[in-house]
Amino acid sequence: MTAPLLEIDNLRVSFPTHTGRVEVVKGLSFTLGRERLGIVGESGSGKSMTGRAILRLVRSPGRQVADRMVFDGIDLQAQSERAMRALRGARISMIMQDPKFSLNPVMTVGAQIAEALRVQERLPHRAVRARVLEMLEAVRIHNPERVARLYPHEVSGGMGQRVMIAMMLIPRPDLLIADEPTSALDVSVQAQVLDLIDELVRENGMGLILISHDLGLVSRYCDRIVVMNAGEVVESCVASELNNATHPYTRGLIAAQPRMEETRDELPVLDRSAWSGT
Amino acid sequence: MGARDWLLDDSPASRVQADLGRAYRMGMALLRNPLAVIGALIILVLILTAAFAPWIAPESPFGQDLANRLLPPSQQHWMGTDELGRDIFSRVVYGSRITLLIVALVAVISAPLGLIIGAVSGYFGGWTDRFLMGVTDIFLSMPKLILALAFVAALGPGIENAIIAIAITAWPAYARIARAETLTFRSSEFISAVRLLGASHFRIIFRHVLPLCTSSMIVRVTLDMAGIILTAAGLGFLGLGAQPPLPEWGAMISRGRTFILDQWWVATMPGFAIILVSLGFSLLGDGLRDVLDPKHGGER
Amino acid sequence: MSAISFRNVDISYGDTKVVEGAGFEVAEGESFALVGESGSGKSTILKAIAGLAPDWTGEISVLGQPCGHRPDQAFAERCQMVFQDPYGSLHPRKTVDATLVEPLVVHGIGNRSARVVDMLAAVGLDRRFRFRFPHQLSGGQRQRVAIARALMLEPKVLLLDEPTSALDVSVQAEILNLLKRLRREQGLTYLMVTHNLPIVGFMCDRMAIMNRGRIVEIAPATALHDGAFSDPYSRELYAASGGNPDLEQTL
Repeated sequence: MTAPLLEIDNLRVSFPTHTGRVEVVKGLSFTLGRERLGIVGESGSGKSMTGRAILRLVRSPGRQVADRMVFDGIDLQAQSERAMRALRGARISMIMQDPKFSLNPVMTVGAQIAEALRVQERLPHRAVRARVLEMLEAVRIHNPERVARLYPHEVSGGMGQRVMIAMMLIPRPDLLIADEPTSALDVSVQAQVLDLIDELVRENGMGLILISHDLGLVSRYCDRIVVMNAGEVVESCVASELNNATHPYTRGLIAAQPRMEETRDELPVLDRSAWSGT
Repeated sequence: MGARDWLLDDSPASRVQADLGRAYRMGMALLRNPLAVIGALIILVLILTAAFAPWIAPESPFGQDLANRLLPPSQQHWMGTDELGRDIFSRVVYGSRITLLIVALVAVISAPLGLIIGAVSGYFGGWTDRFLMGVTDIFLSMPKLILALAFVAALGPGIENAIIAIAITAWPAYARIARAETLTFRSSEFISAVRLLGASHFRIIFRHVLPLCTSSMIVRVTLDMAGIILTAAGLGFLGLGAQPPLPEWGAMISRGRTFILDQWWVATMPGFAIILVSLGFSLLGDGLRDVLDPKHGGER
Repeated sequence: MSAISFRNVDISYGDTKVVEGAGFEVAEGESFALVGESGSGKSTILKAIAGLAPDWTGEISVLGQPCGHRPDQAFAERCQMVFQDPYGSLHPRKTVDATLVEPLVVHGIGNRSARVVDMLAAVGLDRRFRFRFPHQLSGGQRQRVAIARALMLEPKVLLLDEPTSALDVSVQAEILNLLKRLRREQGLTYLMVTHNLPIVGFMCDRMAIMNRGRIVEIAPATALHDGAFSDPYSRELYAASGGNPDLEQTL
């Protein structure tokens, strides 16, 4: 394997409360090549904060520290805020949960995608337009010319998320962070959007970090999986080996999910006292 | 277990403890804001002054002493004397009673009125809403002082009529806020849940909708107090509010206007009082907004 | 007598028809699911039964009594609803106790304190939670409170609108178990809206699959085991929901 794309060592994110600083990410370490990594956890596990911390987007009064945070030879912690801004989008992109809140409501879809490109590269108007339409086609929007002229409220949820993906991928980043990219979408659309992300990531040889609460979904779309609970990694394994997970939390999570061919009378409930102090 | 622990208990044992605990947490949050504390202190001083006016004021507010008219501030007369030789300090102290009365009565009349009209309008929507908001807009479209002037002119000058006039001009703003607030949660699930229980509209509005509007209303009323005091002072200044010899601050400024160049203290001292009290209400209102209004990030 | 009878019902919001010609019967004690994607009209059906979507034509009756177009007290005693969002369905300024007492006050039922304590125990909430405010509770605890509120009037029919879609997997399991146990203990009839087919397999006896305002198929929950659906849309939905080789199957 060549040099890893992203190396993170002992990442900690903390927030102040009345009773002192509380860590929401407690010493997270992993390395990522040009592969697909899934981060799974329930709400409050710190999985989203991890995604934001990689982009140094933890808002004050939150604070992040790490022993090492290197992206493609660049020390992320040593970069100025200005340098980080240039990095975000151009080299590392992030897809958020709900397209409704991430798209500017008063700009057409095409203009927003063009904007994302123009921030990174200076291109003639015609070339920008061509790239935008090409990108919209790549995210399987059949009528790109028409869609580019629409406003965010005029497109459906699935279409909006595809527009977000187009916007994030048009500068050709090396790493894509997708934070619950499909949880606001219907199941049939979910599969389409994830297939699309998967295909684009593989074609362009990018790295992908897929953050989700859904174990099944992550195991289907990722090569490796990291399971987080209360800010700590409890399990780290190859996706196909998930069924042989050893940690009681991971096992409990798998068991608690109802199955399609359900015959159990009662779902096993996580016994949190087994591994956490509370 | 200390009183503090009892108040901050995460699992209160009774309704009273839960409510007190909530109030205590809010009080603590308010105390962390120094400006709000200053505002609260000013209001507290105003209330104490009004309550103990006869003991604080060195002289009667009405006692004329023509030999000692228009004296500058001195040891004996802290704020000087006015054109009839009355001690200005005593008059300002007694004036706090009138100011407090105006403020309290206006708040008591206009806030509930605006709250109910706004909540009813927002909750029912449709024609009720259009009619009530139409009336509200008519009131809102006219400048407050002019409208109050018209009412006083119709009702006759005097402190009671001034209060009624100000109250009538103050409610439309509250109605607007209450309506906007009601609209945000009118179709929320907790209101639907109460409707499903078979509760009457009356009960839903008074028990479930209004409690949610009150906090932003308290903030707004506190912030508006400064304006109310100024309107009352304005009416007094124009001779349509409190009538002489009542020591109303606005009326006192009006009287002092004649001497403003040579005997500045006559108009300035009550002016200071107005500024100070207005400031106090504004600071307190700002602080309350941070604590009570979740939209501004208070309940984090 | 069926618990819920829905005959040839059209429901509209303003000028747009959201549900067209819907019909199904739910037997007493049955657990019935309405399945579909967003915009299919499944939640609208619940709202119409509850009287929260008043613009409908056709015949709806609960336990033999025809439903009105607005919620009323008699209906409230027969049928209650649990909402989707545990963060939005509790009044933010009322304690758990106040929320649970409200139905008793509205219906003039006495012995309130004892009833509240009993109900908290029934939904698995400790007494410590009785005087807490919603912001002091987790999502799962809030949903337990919402279920408790719905059961305070001892209704026989419960409408469940995606009761676990806002919850974590492990909490979802707890709530589903609770709902299943309550149904067994109190002989309740459930009409549940969901987009999650595995939950239907766990909770329900039969389901109606909806697409664009129409019921395309009514199938037994056992169809989820073998994918025996007759309608093409149902099969599509089944496949998209993981009715294909999957993590769970290999376990």
